[in-house]
Amino acid sequence: MGFDKLVFYVFAAVLVFAAVRVITCRNPVHAVLFLVLAFLNSAALWLLLEAEFLAMTLVLVYVGAVMVLFLFVIMMLDINIAEMRAGMRRFAPVGLGVGILLVIEMALIVRSSAFSPDKVGGPMRNPADYSNTKALGSVLYTEHVYAFEIAAVILVLAIIAAIALTLRKRPETRYQDPARQVSVRREDRVRLVDVPSEKRG
Amino acid sequence: MLALTDYLTLGAILFSIAVVGIFLNRRNLIILLMAIELMLLAVNMNFVAFSHFHGNLDGQVFVFFILTVAAAEAAIGLAILVVLFRNRRTINVNELDLMKG
Repeated sequence: MGFDKLVFYVFAAVLVFAAVRVITCRNPVHAVLFLVLAFLNSAALWLLLEAEFLAMTLVLVYVGAVMVLFLFVIMMLDINIAEMRAGMRRFAPVGLGVGILLVIEMALIVRSSAFSPDKVGGPMRNPADYSNTKALGSVLYTEHVYAFEIAAVILVLAIIAAIALTLRKRPETRYQDPARQVSVRREDRVRLVDVPSEKRG
Repeated sequence: MLALTDYLTLGAILFSIAVVGIFLNRRNLIILLMAIELMLLAVNMNFVAFSHFHGNLDGQVFVFFILTVAAAEAAIGLAILVVLFRNRRTINVNELDLMKG
């Protein structure tokens, strides 16, 4: 077995193990940590596929931001773990059946002759001074610049949506509202009260 | 020699693990979101493998955009989860049945 095949099998085995543990963990914090492990192993596999920029992006953006966000939310929510234990066994047979069926069907297609090495060709081996980042950049900013701008708009959209959903106004803070100040009427502010005068005595 | 089918089989296994995860974890909304992230990881694996074996960078460009959209979707999904938890005090999917007729 060649060295790269050994590396592939080691990382793939840990990746599959981590993925299985993600879905079978009772504790959500453990599940998030196993998902982090899965992403790190898949980043290693992408390095094997000579996609260095994407592997680093996976680690920095996905693990470093999105998984940390998951952890924040899990820590913030007060989840009753005992309640989560029940109910998993009910759907286990159906779920496993569907999963195995899915794997068999997909493997039948994937292992067919359409993707065999003589049809697809060998992998592209890049020269030693190849910079994947540079190559991606030269394609992304010229051919796909429109999609790039749309991706930026999507990220801004995500920021606005997340803030708009979860923003809470604190009731005890006082702030001025000029529209309300200007539209006030005299009757709201001034009330004339008839007070009988005191008798001298 | 590593072939394309190895990577595609790995992607298929990851995807079906994620689908089984959605089946098993109907109680916990967060694990559901994590299973969706696993599905996206499987699809990304397929794209990167095809990009490598075809010698074309288009697959990697598409993975770039999938990562962007997945991050945005995770953020908004978690924001919805937080607001849901504030109002319902539960993340059990079975208890989110207010609109059921």
